[in-house]
Amino acid sequence: QVAAALKEGRVTPTELCRGCLSRIKSAKLLNAYITVAEESALKQAEESEGRYRRGQPLSILDGIPIAVKDNFNTAGIETTCASNMLKGYISPYNATVVQKLLDQGAVLLGKTNLDEFAMGSGSTDGIFGPVRNPWSYSRQYKEKSVPKSDSEHEESKWVITGGSSGGSAAAVSSFTCFAALGSDTGGSTRNPAAHCGVVGLKPTYGLISRHGLIPLVNSMDVPGILTRCVDDAAVVLGSLAGHDPKDSTTIQDVFQPFELPSLTDVSKLSIGIPKEYHAPGLSSEILSVWSKAADLFKNAGAKVIEVSLPHTRYSIVCYHVLCTAEVASNMARFDGLEYGHRSDMNKSTESMYAATRREGFNDVVRGRILSGNYFLLKQNYENYFIKAQKVRRLIANDFVKVFGSGVDILLTPTTLRDAVPYVEFIKEDNRTRSTQDDILTQAANMAGLPAINVPTALSERGLPIGLQFIGRSFQEKQLLTVAKWFEKQVKFPMIQLEEVKGHDHGVFQHQKSASL
Amino acid sequence: ARGCGGGWRRAWQRGLGGLVPASRPPRVVACNARGGAVPAGKSGLASWIPVVGLEIHAQISSNSKLFSGSQVQFAAPPNSLVSFFDASLPGTLPVLNRRCVEAAVMTGLALNCSINKKSLFDRKHYFYADLPAGYQITQQRVPIAVNGSLSYSLCIDNKMSQMVTKTVRIKQIQLEQDSGKSLHDDARSQTLVDLNRAGVGLMEVVMEPDLCCGEEAAAAVRELQLILQTLGSSQAIMAEGQLRVDANVSVHHPGEPYGVRTEVKNINSLRFLAKAVDYEIQRQIEELENGGTILNETRAFDSKLGCTVPMRDKEGKQDYRFMPEPNLPPLILYDAKSLPANVNHQQVVNIDWIHERLPDLPSVKRAKLVELYGILPEHSFTLVNEDGLTEFFENVVKQTQMKPKKVIGWILNDLLSYLKQHSLTVKESPVSSFLLADLLNLLEKKEISASAAKQVFEELWKGEGKTPLEIVKEKQLQLIQDQEELERICQAVIDEREKE
Repeated sequence: QVAAALKEGRVTPTELCRGCLSRIKSAKLLNAYITVAEESALKQAEESEGRYRRGQPLSILDGIPIAVKDNFNTAGIETTCASNMLKGYISPYNATVVQKLLDQGAVLLGKTNLDEFAMGSGSTDGIFGPVRNPWSYSRQYKEKSVPKSDSEHEESKWVITGGSSGGSAAAVSSFTCFAALGSDTGGSTRNPAAHCGVVGLKPTYGLISRHGLIPLVNSMDVPGILTRCVDDAAVVLGSLAGHDPKDSTTIQDVFQPFELPSLTDVSKLSIGIPKEYHAPGLSSEILSVWSKAADLFKNAGAKVIEVSLPHTRYSIVCYHVLCTAEVASNMARFDGLEYGHRSDMNKSTESMYAATRREGFNDVVRGRILSGNYFLLKQNYENYFIKAQKVRRLIANDFVKVFGSGVDILLTPTTLRDAVPYVEFIKEDNRTRSTQDDILTQAANMAGLPAINVPTALSERGLPIGLQFIGRSFQEKQLLTVAKWFEKQVKFPMIQLEEVKGHDHGVFQHQKSASL
Repeated sequence: ARGCGGGWRRAWQRGLGGLVPASRPPRVVACNARGGAVPAGKSGLASWIPVVGLEIHAQISSNSKLFSGSQVQFAAPPNSLVSFFDASLPGTLPVLNRRCVEAAVMTGLALNCSINKKSLFDRKHYFYADLPAGYQITQQRVPIAVNGSLSYSLCIDNKMSQMVTKTVRIKQIQLEQDSGKSLHDDARSQTLVDLNRAGVGLMEVVMEPDLCCGEEAAAAVRELQLILQTLGSSQAIMAEGQLRVDANVSVHHPGEPYGVRTEVKNINSLRFLAKAVDYEIQRQIEELENGGTILNETRAFDSKLGCTVPMRDKEGKQDYRFMPEPNLPPLILYDAKSLPANVNHQQVVNIDWIHERLPDLPSVKRAKLVELYGILPEHSFTLVNEDGLTEFFENVVKQTQMKPKKVIGWILNDLLSYLKQHSLTVKESPVSSFLLADLLNLLEKKEISASAAKQVFEELWKGEGKTPLEIVKEKQLQLIQDQEELERICQAVIDEREKE
């Protein structure tokens, strides 16, 4: 819709950009952005404006303000991964996905906050502090919470965004941008999408280039897309997908961008409900929403059947081994020599390495490095790494079997419950939280499958609940078509943000609704 | 005696009994192919079998590096050939260089290896200033080529009159990244790092421990060098670090298991290789005979002192925590049979296609020279061994009526010895093939004598630009053919004598 508005001249890119920038400023409390690239964004907006005036927009994304998670390389703009190790690091190159967006005229507003090096499920463990869920400041949430004095309410009751792409999710959710890039390794795009009430798409592994995405687990990472509606996600996907010669793990097939059909008849669809996703700790609320969603499909004529993915319960343990092993390897390059933080300790190269890495990494990162190195030791490799790889194959095969038996799409919850208050979240450590929170999203990364969170309903506390659809490899079109149909049915309510006032541009009002 | 007695040792290992075959004298010494004794130690009682296994790193001759597009060039300004990937900037990914794969396949075929149609890449982790990523990408699980062999020749004595052919088995060839270079500036307590070499493609050729002395090691490496240079897969210039050898050395008594081995690293000349290996064998024998033990350690060769010394940086056993390289899918190679129909030929490597285009290897060249020109195997060995000499020889043969069998004498005895004396390469020879051919023609036509020819050659060597004919006239070296004139001279001599 906003693209149409740009084209028709009802709004200009610079107006749009300025609107977003001021919204970012007023929503500063959310701490969604690490870096705001005001100057370059305005410049991009001006250039876009020029193109629109000449009637030559580069694409549908021309002039659209976007945000990018701070683990994507952006030339000339700081890329920190929310870590001391890369604080002040200015990359000389753009990640392929960033470059693609810029080449299509998108306006890069800034870099969003995350858990350090994308390790976490709350966006609470970065050096720039935690991200606050915009819904903490929504009328819907405030109405439902026990009345207390205003200040006490905010400080002790604000809820987390989920993670690790919490900044990107909050940025989209609070209307500071129209789309944002996240990353997804164990659920890091879908989890915060669910908590922040936005669409979070994890594409098939190998569809979108990882060149320039600072890796967590090379064999599971994908760039994630966060938007306010499924159609937008399809548009962004179309602009990013395709083979990149710089990334040898992208498939060679030519990608055909698609427009999502508006599905009316779901009778030919077969929806699978994996029973293992009724996981321990799943809130009765979410269970009920999930159940209602299944009924929705059934009543519309789709075939809804229970299926089994028996190895689901091993995915977290398997993930711990494989993830920490890769982390230990990927973080080996941070030695302070070529870039990034370098300690003042200079008694010897080894002592400089040790001090640099101790100073540069937080506990979570260091913990994973130590675990990973342990699993990779010669005497442990067979029992841990190889075993985990074998279990991984079993998990992936579960999906192959189910999809091979005629099921088109799987429907599951995305999170175990709605967003918890920050003060409660930090009572458990990062590892415990990740173990709990990743259970519903992790298996899709193991198997490389596409998955999407669609905001579905509000919880009793007035916070978003999302449901997840998992599709077949490279069948994003089918996945998004079903997601779009579902989105239309549930009519998820628009966030009524109370803090952010006074910049309600007509177009923003237009864009807020997820049900258009 | 046939070289190091390797066949004798192998017979031992197959358990054919008896300390010594009846027909041969007991071998008490470490191998020396010339038969010269390398003392086995004070006791001289028990005999020692040295075991030498080589790992050779050959830099691939390619325009760009193994996984990135930066250039490969020797002696460029420091850190001027470093891409983002080479510097390990976060978020960069490896992209495999096709030319490097072809070089490895060529080399594997030339060494009679089986080429693995599917090979894998792994990460080998250790921290060092010249390894920016903290790991090296190599092929540890499944390398690109396995189970080959290298035949090389060895001279029995100094006179090059007896050559023997030996074989060393090739365990595998793997593709891997080279590291950067670090220079330790002890004066300022700092280390300077140059990443130009980081990421350059290497072929690591791993040999089975079939060698037993420095001479064999040098000969085998020399042959490998010639093969690589013929293929063009590596320029293999040791002085420029394009060919580096690590030698694993151990000694044991016949009938006993292999001894503890040491690794002598980064030897960069054939001469040093032979010396280092022989020294290390000797050192180990002496150590063990004195009741000491050999540590499984890494050593370096000190060329000034002519001995091996422990390396200070690499202590103890390292656990490299090998892990599959997740950013590189398995490397799939095809042959004519397995090549899919509708594939882009730019995207695949066809082993058969490469095989068909392999040039003549040195051994083939030598055989052809012997057949074509009727020279001895030892002669062709030297021709092929000396850079440019074959070409020189063939050019002379083309331009002269003198038989190749005679020409070869001039090439090997005169030209080559002059070159060696003055430390010149064939390319730098002041005497061109044209000039030499000219000279030999004069000799062949009997216009000058053999001794005169030698004098002319000496003159030519000065490189003053005179032709042989000019020199002959100048020095009046021409043979007199005229019968009458000869009689007159003889008569004059006789008359002279009569006067006395």
